[in-house]
Amino acid sequence: MKNPFENLDKVMEHRVRLQIVSVLVANESYDFNALKELLDVTDGNLATHLKALEREKYISISKSFVERKPNTRYKITERGRSAFKKHLDALEELIKQQKK
Amino acid sequence: MDQNQSYQKDIESIRQLMERSVKFLSLSGLSGILSGVYALAGAAIVYEILYNPKTPFDYANQSVKEIALITQLLIIAVIVLTISLITGYALASKKAKKLGVKIWDTTSKRLIVNLAIPLVSGGAFILILLANGYFMIAAPACLVFYGLALINASQNLFDEVRYLGYCEIGLGLVCAIMPGFGLYFWAIGFGVLHIIYGALMFKKYDR
Repeated sequence: MKNPFENLDKVMEHRVRLQIVSVLVANESYDFNALKELLDVTDGNLATHLKALEREKYISISKSFVERKPNTRYKITERGRSAFKKHLDALEELIKQQKK
Repeated sequence: MDQNQSYQKDIESIRQLMERSVKFLSLSGLSGILSGVYALAGAAIVYEILYNPKTPFDYANQSVKEIALITQLLIIAVIVLTISLITGYALASKKAKKLGVKIWDTTSKRLIVNLAIPLVSGGAFILILLANGYFMIAAPACLVFYGLALINASQNLFDEVRYLGYCEIGLGLVCAIMPGFGLYFWAIGFGVLHIIYGALMFKKYDR
């Protein structure tokens, strides 16, 4: 059997990134400020992790203006969704193995 | 094992976030019970207006056709609705504080939009019916549209709201084939069902 550690997604091993992806999988889209409130992280911290996820093409970004204020919305991509699923499976597998 | 605990924590935080980012969990069961009580009180007042001094389960002696009477009934309905919404909001903000979440966030905004689409279209439709003199169908239509709104909003609420929605729609349809008993169906739909649902939710989530 393959080592399940190899199936863990390197990008999502960081908890904040994993949390961002979970929220986006569960929702059609989410904006920056709502994510910040939900995850209780700082602007800079959130922005860094979003960038990392964007670089991997796990999420897509759309910018618009709402009442003249810039509004940035994030969506999960198909690539991100399948990576999330694989990562979850790997986590599950690891927990199962270590319980033995 | 340390590593293992960290993975379990990861999974736990995913589950929690996925739920919290979609569902508005601050709704209190108590507000369901109270809005049911308000609805029953409202129904009792309407009953007095319509049936007094006749005995219960008589066909309404004053048929609901005069504009003045309808206005009176609408005002009572609006008052009951307003007090229910205020109570719901007050209890939800209390619960949100306890849960440490904001009451006004993406989730609650989505919830309101999902509730409003069937409610506003239903409300407009019913007002048009009333304006055209179709009084019989207004009471069941309210129940049906309310049920549809609940089912539509259940994605952002506790899953159990869906079943309340099914009950309201069923009740509305039965009401439609029994004209003249609209008030009783309203008392059941908006009063009794809310109290039962609220009590179940209170027991399950608020304690």
